[in-house]
Amino acid sequence: MTAPIETTGSQAEAQPEAVLAGVEAKKIEGRSLGQIAWTRFKRDKVAVAGGVIVVLLILIAALSRPLQSLLGLDPNAFNQDLIDPNTSLPKGDFGGMSWDHPLGVEPKFGRDILARILEGSWVSLVVAFGATLLSNAIGVVLGLVAGYYGGRVDTIVSRLMDTFLAFPLLLFAIAISATLQGGAFGLEGLPLHISVLIFVIGFFNWPYMGRIVRGQTLALREREFIDASRGMGASGPYVLFKELLPNLVAPIIVYSTLLIPTNIIFEASLSFLGVGIQPPQASWGGMLNQAVDFFEVDPQYMIVPGLAIFITVLAFNLLGDGLRDALDPRSR
Amino acid sequence: MAAVAVVSSAGLLLSACSKAEDGSDTPKGAGANAATKGVVNESTAEGGTVTYASTDTPESLDPGNMYYAYGFNFSRLYARPLMTFKPGAGEAGNELVPDLAESAGTPSDGGKTWTYKIRQGVKFEDGTPVTTKDVKYAIERSNFARDVLSLGPNYFQQMLDDPDKYKGPYEDKSDKGIASIETPDDHTIVFKLNKAFAEFDYLASMPQTAPVPKAKDAGIDYTKKVVSSGSYKFEKYEEGKQIVLVRNPEWDAKTDPLRKQYPEKIVVNLKINKATIDKDVMAGDTMIDIQGTGVDAQTQAQVLKDKDQMANTDNAPGGRLVYTAINTKLAPFDNIECRKAVQYAIDKVAVQTAMGGPIRGDIASTVLPTDVSGYEKADLYATEGNKGDVTKAKEHLKACGKENGFKTSISARTDRQGEVDAATAIVGALKEIGIEADIKQYPSGKYFSDYAGVPSFDKKNNIGLMMMQWGADWPTGYGFLQQIAHGKAISQSGNTNLSQLDDPAINKLLDDAIGNTDEAARTAAYTEVDKLVMEQAAIVPLTYFKVLLYRSPYATNLVSSSAFSGQYDYLNIGTTEKK
Repeated sequence: MTAPIETTGSQAEAQPEAVLAGVEAKKIEGRSLGQIAWTRFKRDKVAVAGGVIVVLLILIAALSRPLQSLLGLDPNAFNQDLIDPNTSLPKGDFGGMSWDHPLGVEPKFGRDILARILEGSWVSLVVAFGATLLSNAIGVVLGLVAGYYGGRVDTIVSRLMDTFLAFPLLLFAIAISATLQGGAFGLEGLPLHISVLIFVIGFFNWPYMGRIVRGQTLALREREFIDASRGMGASGPYVLFKELLPNLVAPIIVYSTLLIPTNIIFEASLSFLGVGIQPPQASWGGMLNQAVDFFEVDPQYMIVPGLAIFITVLAFNLLGDGLRDALDPRSR
Repeated sequence: MAAVAVVSSAGLLLSACSKAEDGSDTPKGAGANAATKGVVNESTAEGGTVTYASTDTPESLDPGNMYYAYGFNFSRLYARPLMTFKPGAGEAGNELVPDLAESAGTPSDGGKTWTYKIRQGVKFEDGTPVTTKDVKYAIERSNFARDVLSLGPNYFQQMLDDPDKYKGPYEDKSDKGIASIETPDDHTIVFKLNKAFAEFDYLASMPQTAPVPKAKDAGIDYTKKVVSSGSYKFEKYEEGKQIVLVRNPEWDAKTDPLRKQYPEKIVVNLKINKATIDKDVMAGDTMIDIQGTGVDAQTQAQVLKDKDQMANTDNAPGGRLVYTAINTKLAPFDNIECRKAVQYAIDKVAVQTAMGGPIRGDIASTVLPTDVSGYEKADLYATEGNKGDVTKAKEHLKACGKENGFKTSISARTDRQGEVDAATAIVGALKEIGIEADIKQYPSGKYFSDYAGVPSFDKKNNIGLMMMQWGADWPTGYGFLQQIAHGKAISQSGNTNLSQLDDPAINKLLDDAIGNTDEAARTAAYTEVDKLVMEQAAIVPLTYFKVLLYRSPYATNLVSSSAFSGQYDYLNIGTTEKK
């Protein structure tokens, strides 16, 4: 049900641009908002680069395990014969780089860094996407309800958001992760650690999305198409999810793309603090944590996971910025 | 790749610089491990300032309210306990000698009564003479007022005969004090215990027996103005910043065969970053890292590459054992065969390498560390090259009826990276025989009170293996074993007998030994207990913990003492660098 988009004012606002673009393209042609956004996005070279990297990262993460077996790598295999027991450092230069271990091996255990980066990629992305999905789901639903119904409902939900925003999130996350280690959701081991992380990061970040959606809903609910829909006897949920939600897709997508890198960093921070993913499972934050002890004598070990996080976060941010510019007509 | 190369060469430049500095004017090192074998830079040179540094601030400077080994060590500069350890290199440092007391305690009543005579002419910094009443008061405040002074051990409270349940000097204002410590005159003190305790001299060496004048006691605030009975007194104590000690003019060398007054001043700088401390010690700006935990991993890696710098280090055993406790009350580890499977499965070399190599500890095969009395070489579960034996481990697993392996958890302390790394190596080894172990990390501050030290928590969370490091309060088999192997030490919270081992033979041996005044018989009993614990396969010894200390070339009279976890003995350190 995308009909309202074409009939709303936002298209009217966008039209002059479409006309301008159309002049260059010889023939004037009616285009949907989506097409306009895509054209604009394509023009933003930096955003496209970010998008390409994001797609690549997702592919790498999804194919992480098959890639490892293809390259004959095992992220948990010890190669302590490559370690000098007195210094705990890899033998040889550049953190023990060799044809067998192209990014070197880590100190102490001699595990292959490339394998651990690959293995850590899916952990990072699964947690980041999962947490984003969770906070979006809660934030969008509560934001819509608060904005649409207003009154007492709005007051309760808004105060709830304030309460959540007032939590010292990191401290809280550390405490919860430590308590839930014993077992929760009927899981244990790696699936448990991942779900705990998704829960902790996602459950406390929803008010940001909630506020954005609530604000947008407040503006939209007075529009004619909503009145019309209500006048024709549409139920509350129908209006919320079939009329309002489609018009909020743009801000939701943009904000999600910007939330993912935040969550990647958050996951890395928690693993860095020892309450996230537990060893021996590889994770980027965990690798950074281990590397801190060696950054002067084996900088290689810190640079690799550091770069991985840096590139991922940068790519998502560029993509998010580009999407915002493309989707929000006022940002031009 | 370019970025990597640039950074590495910057690192090379840095190390080249520091090397040049070292070569030019610093005196040559005395050789690796010199201070574990004898006195390094022995000198009677006086004057100058000895500088210490700490990453933290001391829990307390009050001799009645401390538990860290470095606190025990340092406090002797301004507080004289009845007995103390004679400054000595390595195990020679374990020798107990009279300090405030004239001679070691005289036992009577089969070891239930201990009498000490204190030296004549000892004075506090304000000139008042020290009497045994001050010693009695010091023990009362530190052991019986746990709500005010809670940090130190409370052995006296446990051992003294106390039918009236004495409430401590802050609640019980009567002058009588606890009845079981008698002071017939100003120089005699008699302790009456509830049972025979042959190693009472070790208790008398704790700083809790150092005299405290009742009139000057300020309870928890006494730490701010400790009244000195030793060779140095406080000039200044800025909490979290600096401690300054100066010579105590009332201290008399005639009353004290141990202490000398070499440096003019002793300064402790607090809250300094660990890497900075290491660099300062190497450059000679700081003499000693007071906490004595050794250099950090990076400094270790740098130092080991350089022979000249190695000559300035001491790799000292710390009287500690790093081990994995096996929960003997949790299935399937309640079956000894499953415990034996773990004993054989663990690759101790992998664990040692993960924890920082031989510098951080030698591979262990007994419960008692090499520098604790009762140690005797043994290896009940020997494997080739200590690398573990998968075949033997699987045989025992089969005998245990768990041929296909099982799931368990291993606990470690979050803020102790070495422990987490050791657990990681153990998980890898157990996987090879089909045991899936899940690492669970808990903060060290609550490891015993809320997590691994709570048997019901271990049971609920299926924690079958627990990472542990243990050092004794005094360097004998009893001090080491009682808390980790005696059935009576099992408690529902704050438990240190993590294996929950409650073996009647072991309990009896320990109980009998401590009542026995024959030292040789006691030592033999400790060896026997060690053997029995290993037969029970309740503890997997991993390494005998060692520290790597960097020895300042400007500090004099350095000995790394076993009695203080390998730290330098702080009593008579002087300096050749006059400032």
